[in-house]
Amino acid sequence: MANVIEGLFYSESHEWVKIENGIATIGISDFAQKELGDIVYVDMPSVGDSITKGSEFGAVESVKAASDLYSPVSGTVLQTNQDLADSPELLNQDPYTNWIIKLENVDNADLAGLMDADTYQNKFN
Amino acid sequence: MEELKKTCLYEKHIALNAKMSPFGGFDMPIQYSSITNEHNAVRNNVGMFDVSHMGQVIVTGEQAEEFVNYLFTNDVSTIANGKTIYGMMLQPNGGVVDDLLVYKQDQNKYLLVINASNIDKDLNWIMLQNKNFKVGIENMSDYFGELAIQGPKSEETIQKLMEIQLSDLEFYSFKEVSYRGENIIISRTGYTGEDGFEIYGSHAFIQYTWDLFIKAGVTPCGLGCRDTLRFEAGLPLYGHELSEEINPIMAGLGIFVKLDKKDFVGKEAIQHYKENPTKKIIGLELVEKSVPRAGYPIIDENNKQVGTVTTGYLSPSTGIPVCMALVDIEHSTLGSRLFVKIRNKDFEAIVINKQFYRKNYKK
Repeated sequence: MANVIEGLFYSESHEWVKIENGIATIGISDFAQKELGDIVYVDMPSVGDSITKGSEFGAVESVKAASDLYSPVSGTVLQTNQDLADSPELLNQDPYTNWIIKLENVDNADLAGLMDADTYQNKFN
Repeated sequence: MEELKKTCLYEKHIALNAKMSPFGGFDMPIQYSSITNEHNAVRNNVGMFDVSHMGQVIVTGEQAEEFVNYLFTNDVSTIANGKTIYGMMLQPNGGVVDDLLVYKQDQNKYLLVINASNIDKDLNWIMLQNKNFKVGIENMSDYFGELAIQGPKSEETIQKLMEIQLSDLEFYSFKEVSYRGENIIISRTGYTGEDGFEIYGSHAFIQYTWDLFIKAGVTPCGLGCRDTLRFEAGLPLYGHELSEEINPIMAGLGIFVKLDKKDFVGKEAIQHYKENPTKKIIGLELVEKSVPRAGYPIIDENNKQVGTVTTGYLSPSTGIPVCMALVDIEHSTLGSRLFVKIRNKDFEAIVINKQFYRKNYKK
């Protein structure tokens, strides 16, 4: 069964987000990495790009397929996880420690409509 | 939607917790553990595939050789009994009905091995061509199961587990062997770019042999790595690099079309196309890292679409982003510069030979 972490918020498209001090950290769920299989490439936006909630900001690619990433919140790209550029398989090993992007200028109100851990767990496991 | 068919090994795939997906009308295993691990098992060691979805048709009779040569692009009259030969069946306009292997048991008996997705279409086509001939046509697809044992250790593994002598079996040759009370067929053929074998027999035999190899620790491999392996070796997949719209000349498979033999279906169209080619399947290597996928547009420097990706991967063996693509002929020269459109970004790509991985056949 896929692992779900308390304290994170989850989207229908299997991204997770955590907001601390106006900065959102975003990744994909364990369910998503299991569905994808061997992840071989992560397409990430550039620092400074502005991203709106629900819009596509990149893709996670397994051997067989590309899966678009949708941002659970709006904000400006502060950082992308460069470890994933060299080692995309880190997302298979631990999708919660290995975040994908960090956004700044984030509004907590954007969390509305996302699922907490229990809701996500019940819906997809 | 029609219900998906199951191979005789379906229950075994479920027991191994395989990820299943529809392919060619069958519910087939895509992967068991990981596509990358299964890919590497075949490149470096040995792997086993359930390819029982493939179709088998037996053509018999005094006119069998003439008939097969009439509907098949390669020349079966030039090969010895016990040889296998690759080629296509064409429509009169040169479009490909299917690509297939033909096993010559003798000049009055041929076994045709066809793609799962085309079984019904092929059978109708073969029957239709029989109107001026008198051959027996028997669809054996429901009788035969098929295993592909592939990789550098395939010969020693089969010899050890099945006690069948294979060192004398040449590339694209087969033999019929009596095994556990039935006649099975084993050929030195495959679809991976490695040395390997394909084995045909009853469902009971296939189930027994699958278990035998699994117990011995042979890696079960799904269709996921079957595709990455054949792709790296530059081998075509029907529906991607060959189709009713993509003829064998476009696909670079002209050596399997014997224009010097007697009349066969599609011959004139291919002769004509060869003189006026318009499109070609090429290899492309991306300059920067991304993943080109089937269906992505290929554009030139003026942002004009000149082709489409037919299959693409981050090559598991090399880590390099490469694809095969069907492009306008003027863009097919080695070294030409093109762009692959990936999520609205244009990635520069150079035309290269489409054999991304050097084949390791034992000839």
